[in-house]
Amino acid sequence: MSGLSHRPAGVAVEVRGLAKSFGATRALAGVDLDAEPGRVLALLGPNGAGKTTLVRIIATLLRPDGGSAHVGGLDVVADGAAVRPLIGLTGQFAAIDDLLTGRENLEMVGQLCQLRRAQARRRAAGLLAQVSLEDAADRLARTYSGGMRRRLDLAASLIAGPPLLVLDEPTTGLDPRTRADLWTMIANLAADGTTVLLTTQYLEEADRLAHRVVVLDRGNIAAEGTPAELKARLGGTVVELHARTPGSFSEALAAVQMAGAGSPAADPDRGRITLPASDGTRTLRAVLDQLDAARVTVDDIGLRQPSLDEVFLDLTGKGADAPGPALAGSRGSHAGRRSR
Amino acid sequence: MSAATQPPVRAPRPAARWAVLADTAVITRRNLKRIIRTPRLLAVSSIQPVLFVLLFRYVFGGAIHAKGTSYIDYLLPGILVTATLFGATTSVAMAADLASGMIDRFRSLPMARTAVLAGRCVADVTRSIIVIALVLAVGTLTGFRFGNGVLPALAAIGIVLGFGFAFTWLYALVGMLVADPETAQLAAFIPVFLLVFASSVFVPISTMPGWLQAFAKHQPVTVTVNTVRALAEGGGITHQAWQSGCWIAAFIVVFGALSVARYRAT
Repeated sequence: MSGLSHRPAGVAVEVRGLAKSFGATRALAGVDLDAEPGRVLALLGPNGAGKTTLVRIIATLLRPDGGSAHVGGLDVVADGAAVRPLIGLTGQFAAIDDLLTGRENLEMVGQLCQLRRAQARRRAAGLLAQVSLEDAADRLARTYSGGMRRRLDLAASLIAGPPLLVLDEPTTGLDPRTRADLWTMIANLAADGTTVLLTTQYLEEADRLAHRVVVLDRGNIAAEGTPAELKARLGGTVVELHARTPGSFSEALAAVQMAGAGSPAADPDRGRITLPASDGTRTLRAVLDQLDAARVTVDDIGLRQPSLDEVFLDLTGKGADAPGPALAGSRGSHAGRRSR
Repeated sequence: MSAATQPPVRAPRPAARWAVLADTAVITRRNLKRIIRTPRLLAVSSIQPVLFVLLFRYVFGGAIHAKGTSYIDYLLPGILVTATLFGATTSVAMAADLASGMIDRFRSLPMARTAVLAGRCVADVTRSIIVIALVLAVGTLTGFRFGNGVLPALAAIGIVLGFGFAFTWLYALVGMLVADPETAQLAAFIPVFLLVFASSVFVPISTMPGWLQAFAKHQPVTVTVNTVRALAEGGGITHQAWQSGCWIAAFIVVFGALSVARYRAT
């Protein structure tokens, strides 16, 4: 048995009407959500959407102004001391002690989780192996790279095998390789029965990991559902084509408009045109015919499901607000995913 | 084993009552490791009290007259007390832990909540012991002697440490209120400067103007330094010792309670 799998079944999280303000700023305006035992719930939203506030309330670090949050049936305010043993928290910034070694960090957190010393030592050794930090285990954490710190931080939140893992933007600022490693770990934990509540600005991350996604926007829930359900809200498949030179882009756009399948959405910055494919492959065929007739060459064309990115922009009525790093970041990863 | 416990899950037992001690020990060990692993910080912060001994002994010593004793015997008990105040890095360390997210981690763990503060204060007192040993060594080299026997000398050191411990709770509170390591360093020293210089540490209070004497005579640093002086060199101590003990207890109770309240509310 792996060190991680020996754990109780995940607990449920139930949030009702949760509200919190900081001065005049309304961080949460009455939020309801449910995380089912053993499943991954993603809170998706840009910076300032209220994700971290929600997570801090659930992790007993912050008191709500109104509403309630229950973990495993226990109230996070009234039964905070009983809730804490159920939760492993990985915050937005790796909370590890730079002047302790990786191993010392884990053993300390283990003992503070009321494990006996020998038990903490065993768990620490097992987790160090799981997060591939065995070789660096006895080096001071200040010598660790950003990715190593995140992995150590995640290991620390797993030391007592909590039935609920709360991850606040676990992969923000990580390189793609480290991000993929963390995703695998998180997916494995969920497969082992841990409930995972994670916040993310990355649509790809929610799409990849979550069973359910809650889209949070300015303290309100903008939408929730499975990734597939959210995508379905935008309708069926689309034809998407890329024409990256300005000349070919305008010609392609004209040709797509001729296809008679409705009006396309144009994104000249990325040389991308999308069109609802109401007739599936027939729409694609019609577009191809028009392109041929106009002798336009495009870089890429295909049928696909709408991305969470588009769902997100649609739901939050973006455009009025500055895009901010959140969307810029998600754009990057999502462009990478599409260019198969 | 049938691992899959059915919800609703019974919470694992929250921290037991004695866990306060165990958790404090874990946090103390962590903080001591941090002190040992930043030897330069320890060295630099130890230089200041040593400089104070040398400067006051040789620069001001000729100009200041203490009744019935040599200036170094008058000075050193005061330096011991101030060394625990000036040398303390409690507020900075506390603010740094807040800034780095360590406090969030600790607060999310099923541990005794007072342990983070208690572990901080105990580690800092341990650190004071090192500084005190150094000051005593330099003092001895420059002419200081305990003139009142071993037990009173040990009691004197005990009071110095107790006083330092009491102040670490004030520092912890300042660190949490300021929450920025650099500001914390300066903020913590504001009350300390006032208490240290308007006291009997460096000069006899009788040389001060009357209005200042009223404050200087009864404030915690003066009564503690006078107690330590009396223990070290002999003389009537009961009155001042009683006052000193009250101050120490009051600091621990008041700032301990405020710190814990602040920690819970952070």
